Amino acid sequence: MPVPLSYSYRNLLTRRMTTVLTAGGMSLVVFVFAATLMLAEGLRQTLVSTGLPTNAVILRKGSESEVQSGIERSQASVMTTRPEIAVAPDGTAMAAREVVVLIGLPRASTGKISNAVIRGTDLKSLALRPQVRMARGREPRRGSTEVMVGKNVAKGFTGTQIGDRLRFGKREWEVVGVFDAGNTGFSSEIWADGDQVMRSFGRDAYSIVVAGLRDYGAYEAFRAGIEGDPRLTAETFRETRYYEKQSEMMAKFLRVLGVSLTIIFSLGAMIGAMITMYSAVANRVPEIGTMRALGFGRSSILAAFLAESVFLSLLGGAMGLGAAAVLNFFTFSTTNFQTFSELAFKFALTGDIILLSLGFSVFMGVLGGLPPALRASRLKIVEALREA
Amino acid sequence: MDTPLIRIRDLCKAYTRGDQSIPVLAGITFDIAAGEFLALIGPSGSGKSTLLNLIAGIDTADSGQILVGDTDIVTLSEGELADWRSGHVGFIFQFYNLIPVLTALENVELPLLLTSLTRHERREHAAHALDAVGLSDRLDHRPNQLSGGQQQRVAIARAIVADPDIIVADEPTGDLDRVSAQDILHLMDRLNTELGKTIIMVTHDQRAADAAHRVRSLDKGVLHVSD
Ligand SMILES: Nc1ncnc2c1ncn2[C@@H]1O[C@H](COP(=O)(O)OP(=O)(O)OP(=O)(O)O)[C@@H](O)[C@H]1O
Ligand SMILES: [Mg+2]
Repeated sequence: MPVPLSYSYRNLLTRRMTTVLTAGGMSLVVFVFAATLMLAEGLRQTLVSTGLPTNAVILRKGSESEVQSGIERSQASVMTTRPEIAVAPDGTAMAAREVVVLIGLPRASTGKISNAVIRGTDLKSLALRPQVRMARGREPRRGSTEVMVGKNVAKGFTGTQIGDRLRFGKREWEVVGVFDAGNTGFSSEIWADGDQVMRSFGRDAYSIVVAGLRDYGAYEAFRAGIEGDPRLTAETFRETRYYEKQSEMMAKFLRVLGVSLTIIFSLGAMIGAMITMYSAVANRVPEIGTMRALGFGRSSILAAFLAESVFLSLLGGAMGLGAAAVLNFFTFSTTNFQTFSELAFKFALTGDIILLSLGFSVFMGVLGGLPPALRASRLKIVEALREA
Repeated sequence: MDTPLIRIRDLCKAYTRGDQSIPVLAGITFDIAAGEFLALIGPSGSGKSTLLNLIAGIDTADSGQILVGDTDIVTLSEGELADWRSGHVGFIFQFYNLIPVLTALENVELPLLLTSLTRHERREHAAHALDAVGLSDRLDHRPNQLSGGQQQRVAIARAIVADPDIIVADEPTGDLDRVSAQDILHLMDRLNTELGKTIIMVTHDQRAADAAHRVRSLDKGVLHVSD
């Protein structure tokens, strides 16, 4: 039977100030750790929810993103006539050919130019994206130079309100509506008529073809049909997977950055915990001698002090997570490195991140607490008792 | 004379300071009977505490034997000694050595955590031991909420709660005023006469030595019988 856990946590409560300060140091580290993971997760969630699992996206083989992709008109018509594609109420195929270009717009906050995505849409583009809803104004008329902007564009860039005129592609475009695509990448886009965009930018090829499949299971046959067709040099993705892939590089970058930063910071926090625990051991030498005399073994003493250190770090972890949880209420905007366009997303706290952060706290507690706990367990009984 | 409970044979212990060996116990041999109340006296530095610690199994001898019943505790490993202590020895210290963050009841319960008793049984035994030392109204007090004499009584309850046969006490009255000291000595006498505990007490205090039934004095590592 070990030394009771109450012994460990009550000692933390007894020296309240030291405990709070040490845990505070650890909480900062856990905060940074959790926040970067939340950022990466938020980015991933935003991009994944941009897509629909029953939609397939076709890009030119080998292109990293919509912007780089190009699909000839003749190839596009082969793609949109596949039998796996659902039929719209009007009897035509549920597919859209879209062109995606980047333009520079001044940011509302800094006035600096940032990239924004222009999506030249097709008749079925909206029907394929049920998450896109008009927030204000109206949809652009087909064949006109009217545009609608995502809510994050309206918020983040100047000159993007209803009635404003944007200049790109050597023409003027009037903003007639603002749409809300929730927490997805579309909310950071400007949508215009596809043919008009192609004409203005002198483009002859589409960027992508989006197809709404009959059902979830039809995807494999669709992919095989497209990728096996010798006339096409195309690659298909489920739309969800396609957008998730876009987030991978950025999410990985954030994770690597966050984890390496926190490993460096955690050294400081662990040294803090170590100093605290060393002084705890030094102040309780006679107590340790007493417990050993009563018959508690070295391992019980080791466990008691390790438990104290782990309680301390868990307290720090909980404080850090609590602070990080507040970030859930903030929206963050950054450049998506894959498309080099502006993307707004939220910090997302998940169960996995909570577990990872607490696990990281325990790790710091064990590592920082081990040397003092070992010292405590190695004391000689008689010498420890003599310090009374 | 009763059958000896503890037989000490040729017990030697020396400390090395630098490359010099300083003998503290130079071949001690004597018996302690079961149920004896023994006081160890002698000048400061004569090795009283060293001898007591060896008998209690918290220090290691250089040579010799300490037979308790049939066990020579000098030959036990550290782990075996810890188990042996928890079953056979109760400790009373000069400065009480209670755990500050635990209540009186929890302090007394501590040795029972090393037994197979259930939580309920442990609480019951601990409350009973505190009752025996007259502190049943102080179960939830922390050590710093108790007087020195009360703390020492909690320590005595802790020493007897696991029902050991031997109780060792190093200057149990050394930090107490006269009235509290008298109180503690009276309690120890009751442990000896009513519960039959074998008590070995190191003391400087003549009154404490008088309370014991037998006195031995140590001088420069050599033992003398004083009665
Ligand atoms: N760890 C140690 N290292 C070196 N010498 C020690 C050590 N512990 C005790 N001694 C020496 O051993 C001798 C006996 O010490 P011990 O504590 O047994 O004396 P004591 O009779 O209990 O004295 P007191 O009455 O002052 O408590 C002393 O000379 C002391 O200096
Ligand atoms: Mg002494």
